[in-house]
Amino acid sequence: MTAVTPAPPSTAVHPAPAGAEPPGRPAGRSRLRTAAGFAFGAALLFAVAPLVLSDFRLALLAKYLCVAMVAVGIGIAWGRGGMLTLGQGVFFGLGGYAMAMHLKLADAGPGGMPDFMQLYGQLDELPLWWRPFASPWFALPATVLLPMAVAFGLGSLVFRRRVRGAYFAILSQALAAAMVILLIGQQGTTGGTNGLTDIKGFFGYDLDDPVNQRMVYFIIAGMLLALLALARQLIQSRYGELLVAVRDGEERVRFLGYDPASVKLVAYVVAAGMAGLAGALFVPAVGIISPALIGIVPSIEFVIGVAVGGRATLLGPVLGAVAVAWARTALSERFPGTWTYLQGLLFVVVVAFLPGGLASLWALARRREGGATARGRGWLPTGRRRAERAEVPAA
Amino acid sequence: MSEERLDGLSVRDVRVSFDGFTAVDGVSLEVPAGDIRFLIGPNGAGKTTLVDAITGLVRATGSVRFGEHELLGRPVHRISRLGIGRTFQTSTVFEELSVLQNLDIAAGARRSWATLARRRRDIPDEVAAALETIGLTGRAGHLAGTLAHGQKQWLEIGMLLVQDVRLLLLDEPVAGMSHEERDATGALLETVSRDRTVVVIEHDMDFLRRFARTVTVLHAGRVLSEGTVAQVQADPRVQEVYLGHPVDAGSAPTVREA
Repeated sequence: MTAVTPAPPSTAVHPAPAGAEPPGRPAGRSRLRTAAGFAFGAALLFAVAPLVLSDFRLALLAKYLCVAMVAVGIGIAWGRGGMLTLGQGVFFGLGGYAMAMHLKLADAGPGGMPDFMQLYGQLDELPLWWRPFASPWFALPATVLLPMAVAFGLGSLVFRRRVRGAYFAILSQALAAAMVILLIGQQGTTGGTNGLTDIKGFFGYDLDDPVNQRMVYFIIAGMLLALLALARQLIQSRYGELLVAVRDGEERVRFLGYDPASVKLVAYVVAAGMAGLAGALFVPAVGIISPALIGIVPSIEFVIGVAVGGRATLLGPVLGAVAVAWARTALSERFPGTWTYLQGLLFVVVVAFLPGGLASLWALARRREGGATARGRGWLPTGRRRAERAEVPAA
Repeated sequence: MSEERLDGLSVRDVRVSFDGFTAVDGVSLEVPAGDIRFLIGPNGAGKTTLVDAITGLVRATGSVRFGEHELLGRPVHRISRLGIGRTFQTSTVFEELSVLQNLDIAAGARRSWATLARRRRDIPDEVAAALETIGLTGRAGHLAGTLAHGQKQWLEIGMLLVQDVRLLLLDEPVAGMSHEERDATGALLETVSRDRTVVVIEHDMDFLRRFARTVTVLHAGRVLSEGTVAQVQADPRVQEVYLGHPVDAGSAPTVREA
């Protein structure tokens, strides 16, 4: 007896999907498409946007792109890894405060102290834990490594204890609340509710100068593209496949001999690093970091953008985050007070009717065109059943 | 396939209780290397719980040895790395990944982080071989969620094969399958058992008669009877459990559980 020949599959039920990628698919075409996509994105961010947008709008876009960087991380942790993190504000804040502390110290000059400390803190000298941030060699890596270290510590505890689902979401949200309370309570050394404000310089460049603001914008745009490239590599690697497997069947993965906790931990730490970098770049773009920018509400807003755009896709979170942030500005200019309701409504509608986000509309349209069903790489964000349910509002 | 030695499974006085309820009450059994052992018994007999205990999913007392390794007390993923794999009553393939990706993940538990960080460039040999064995080569690129029920079960078995599993524990592998699918699954078990030890929980008596080499009957958490299919079928205690009263020797218990 040799290999088994199971009953021939009923081809009528499962037509071979035209769009499904064969296993040995030549990587050339996809690589070309990716390169073209990145070139298009770069052209949009580096040429078109600076030409058509006023300085004011470009500064706003810089702010949105920072939110988008957080969204890339949430897309990995939540969209691909199933960890609904409602506390990315913590990591955004750690990165932001690390950067702002350095810039405040640089503004104050050697031996100087940030203005607010003399005002509230009645301190005679710089607190010990501020001192390392005077050096850019410490402060810059810290903007990314500090959030990653905190995420590592927290994630190690939480994932090994198999805390997940809603419990994980609530825990991460509580962390955001705790961080805000801590910052406000330590007004003398953290600036309290006001946060760290009135940041004037960025490594010797005057941030009031529009040219320098533009430079900050370009740095942010470049970093966003870099993070997207990193995210793409993660998603397409074997690790990315494993992460989806952990999301959909954590116990099953355990039976395959993996430790799901470490798989999740990597995604969580990477997402935290991305949020930290976003926070760090947010500071020169906006000139302030404060508890109100990193607490529960902004943390949830990060997630809403990702949900709207399509959490399991590469570009969905970015486009969703920018769109929601833009809509927030545009709508609250015109109808102040109603935005919060609209935002809530948007979230409910997306979660209830379009769990794959706007990106699933696109995938759906493609599927209808080609009659293709599955895409081999698991890009379809939700199960077939749910994707089909999503056809209702799409039709 | 692998040149590794065959090992047997030795279960000694295993007990599992949940809040005072004893689901497995001192079960001992020896599954020799290369056997196809069927575990049968009425609902609540403790079959699945016993497999849960062997694979580390529930806490148990006693001793479970596979080869020279004691399994009880180890975490699930460590037991798995000793070459012990299982399937579940409900199919648990990763529906949003392709057949190939499912197998590739199953094959990769010993991969380094450096390998994980890169993309899969080609199909690993053991994955290609498993695709062939389970008859899904032509569907490698399809999402596992689009497979028919029987194909999902074969994919599960394929995932155990690429794991280089030396002991397979299958929980109702042919439930819900058509006749042709059952035959194919049985043939697959025979292929697989040539260099592995197989334990199957099954209710389907017809399937059992055709493919079991040895049978253990569990009842109320204890071993009721053990032996070849004919020996077990002739055991009046088995007939009593299955039919409620002893029947004439020779007629098989034919009642199937729902």
